[in-house]
Amino acid sequence: MNRAAVFLASALVLGACTEKPQGVTTRKVDEKPWENASAAYAAPGFKAGDKGAWESQMRSRNQAQNEYNRTATR
Amino acid sequence: MARMKFICDSERCIECNGCVTACKAEHDVPWGVNRRRVVTLNDGVPGEKSISVACMHCSDAPCMAVCPVDCFYRTDEGVVLHDKDVCIGCGYCSYACPFGAPQFPTNGTFGLRGKMDKCTFCAGGPEANGSQAEFEKYGRNRLAEGKLPACAEMCSTKALLGGDGDIVADIFRTRVLTRNKGSEIWGWGTAYGKPSQGGTAPAQPKTETSKS
Repeated sequence: MNRAAVFLASALVLGACTEKPQGVTTRKVDEKPWENASAAYAAPGFKAGDKGAWESQMRSRNQAQNEYNRTATR
Repeated sequence: MARMKFICDSERCIECNGCVTACKAEHDVPWGVNRRRVVTLNDGVPGEKSISVACMHCSDAPCMAVCPVDCFYRTDEGVVLHDKDVCIGCGYCSYACPFGAPQFPTNGTFGLRGKMDKCTFCAGGPEANGSQAEFEKYGRNRLAEGKLPACAEMCSTKALLGGDGDIVADIFRTRVLTRNKGSEIWGWGTAYGKPSQGGTAPAQPKTETSKS
């Protein structure tokens, strides 16, 4: 009787010591840059659409870093 | 499309820290984190060279390799990003990175490290593009807006080039060939091919005469 009571009590106490489920363990899937683009702050003249439009926008914007397009090279 | 890359032209960098300021302002970077830093060699000595350093978005990123919870991922454009919700703030990526790119905010109590923060190439993170959640965690997603990283676009001397690796390398190559200087730093033969393989011979730097 005593042993059964001890066993029951310990089972109840230890039952509270279960491991809590972990938080987030897998990372979210990222969207492509041309998907669901923010229209509010989009570059002037750029409309989010397909991959090709985005790539050509990137290429043309990249040339803004090349001042040899505006100045004559020696 | 080629991988997204940065090149900092040390011949042009004037250590203005415009890139650092632009990055901090654009992304509301947490206190204690410098996503981009300007490193100066021989500071104060004539001939000092400065270079702007941030995450290099490595093709074989050591941070990604050592992360115990696998929170890093690489986009199709080669940008190395991570998920802050999965990050446990262990700091292992900070040890692994040779450039010191992964950093941790200093606003934690009792030395709490918090989530890792680093340069995202202005590509945000795995939240919805342009969402408030993405801005709060990772900063602005300029790539989704059709723009390039703020640091490169803000550079006053166009020292810091950022974008499509092919185009950026081409711009830098044009510069080196035009001014006849700057090829020795970046391993010309490795990047553009040795003359025996059909590449262009590197420009010989002019010897600088001292002006007294």
